[in-house]
Amino acid sequence: MRVPAIIYADENLIRDMDDKVYEQAANVAMLPGIVQASYAMPDAHWGYGFPIGGVAAFDADQDGVVSAGGVGFDISCGVRTMLSGLKVADILPVQKALADSLFRQIPAGVGSTGAITLDTVEMDAMLSGGARWAIARGWGEARDLERIEENGTMTGAMPEWVSERARERQRREMGTLGSGNHYLEVQAVAEIFDAKVAGIYGLAENDVVVTIHCGSRGLGHQIGSEYLRDMVIAASASGISFPDRELACAPIKSDVGQRYLGAMRAAINCALANREILGHFATRVFAHFFPGNSLSLLFDVSHNTCKVEPHMVNGKRRQLFVHRKGATRAFGPGHESLPVPLRSAGQPVLIGGSMGTGSYILAGEASAEQKAFSSACHGAGRAMSRHAALKQWSGRKIQDDLRTQGILIRSPSTRGIAEEAPGAYKDVAAVVAVAEHAGLARRIARLRPLICIKG
Amino acid sequence: MSELASTLKNAKWEHFPHVADVGVRGFGKTVAEAFEQAAQALTAVITHAAIEPKLRVEVSCTAPDLEILFVEWLNAIIYEMAVRKMLFSRFAVTINGTRLIGTLWGEPVDIARHAPACEPKGATFTALKVAADRDGTWAAACIVDV
Repeated sequence: MRVPAIIYADENLIRDMDDKVYEQAANVAMLPGIVQASYAMPDAHWGYGFPIGGVAAFDADQDGVVSAGGVGFDISCGVRTMLSGLKVADILPVQKALADSLFRQIPAGVGSTGAITLDTVEMDAMLSGGARWAIARGWGEARDLERIEENGTMTGAMPEWVSERARERQRREMGTLGSGNHYLEVQAVAEIFDAKVAGIYGLAENDVVVTIHCGSRGLGHQIGSEYLRDMVIAASASGISFPDRELACAPIKSDVGQRYLGAMRAAINCALANREILGHFATRVFAHFFPGNSLSLLFDVSHNTCKVEPHMVNGKRRQLFVHRKGATRAFGPGHESLPVPLRSAGQPVLIGGSMGTGSYILAGEASAEQKAFSSACHGAGRAMSRHAALKQWSGRKIQDDLRTQGILIRSPSTRGIAEEAPGAYKDVAAVVAVAEHAGLARRIARLRPLICIKG
Repeated sequence: MSELASTLKNAKWEHFPHVADVGVRGFGKTVAEAFEQAAQALTAVITHAAIEPKLRVEVSCTAPDLEILFVEWLNAIIYEMAVRKMLFSRFAVTINGTRLIGTLWGEPVDIARHAPACEPKGATFTALKVAADRDGTWAAACIVDV
């Protein structure tokens, strides 16, 4: 190992962590050009080369590498939370109708049809423009841009490195939610931990917010698959072997490394555009039920990326390629990239739990910079396999049980609901408590679900 | 350790555990048959409902070795499912060296009938293995990100 592997967790989380987390965190620590440490977040579990919940930064001038496995198949999968200005009491009388309408209006799941088709020109424009492109086309608001990482457009995107197959996969998929653990939730603010920052974020108890979790859809998945293969083949051809083939990476300055970075940045733009469009669809549905209402974006974070960022290492400022695989950027108060209204509070860090248990909004801490290159966890993390969840729970029963608790689930598949059962996930409360204790991000608000749309 | 295996007569595939995603494994007397059975396991990740083999799609891929070829095969199926919005229930594979020609038979996704549980994103290099055991039975396996 060139650097230490550091895992942020409490005793219970460590005990329940699968052994692969240690193995993978240690493997990452062996990669060329890695700086300071290989990190694993409190929600870490077995991933692809990198643990999910893995953070690692590389210096291009020290033969540092970029890894497709260190970003993942769902490039720039992320979360956005939008404020509604409504209270729980406003939602309850129309809760069922709102759930049904969102389920109809938000394309989700295998076989669903997106309403938007991109030709070649629009595809290139989307891959270069990201959320800015979506807003220019009438989906979303210009005021959203400062509330999205990279101001809604990832620079350095190279659409020419995105293959025809990746484009074909995305051609009719803009504005779709996806499946598995992706969701759109209508949530209530259940608890406030820090009233001052909650006020800055615009959150009060019983406020209703809308949260969307999804990524770069088929385009991102295809780019992930293709470049992972290219890196495996290139490494093998150079006689480089890895303890885990999924760890295959390429020097940042290499041809395949540069092509991957260009394609990955285009996929980030695809994800930012996609969440902006979905946010617009949700806004339209809410305006139908609450005339004159509009959803406003609190923040949009991504948790599967490699970004070039300046960080202080041993007192020296260095430009590093920071991989966050199932980990969220968490800039602390005062960071120059944060929009002025949020700067004193720190970056919102949006942490999804599971369907039944709710989510958290955290604020990045300044101490996270030295601890993990300003990174925090991304969600509860799974505690058991999909098949084990299916054996243990019935999707129909989960749906019924959650309904009695006032939570309406809409999904085309009861098997999918069972696989996403609350009990299949780690305790998100424990995960965020550890993130706070470790100085990565601190709790601002807890959200509970009212409506969950999943594909 | 197998989590779920097809109980159909002569069926030779299984799922194996992974916390976040799903392992697929196919068995066969030949490599090609193992690849076909793994494709059945892939479909079973999405749905257990019957899929009519009404429409035919041809795929081909090459790779430097059999294991990467297996990943390419599964990714070719994932691609066709995604862009055609189809599910497949029958597969025929021919392998010459490390070049694969495949035929897929299936039908368009019917959300009500198939109720797809999740969407495969890509076949991974994790737990990737294509090998014959001592009695000559081939197994082809990897984790699929869903």
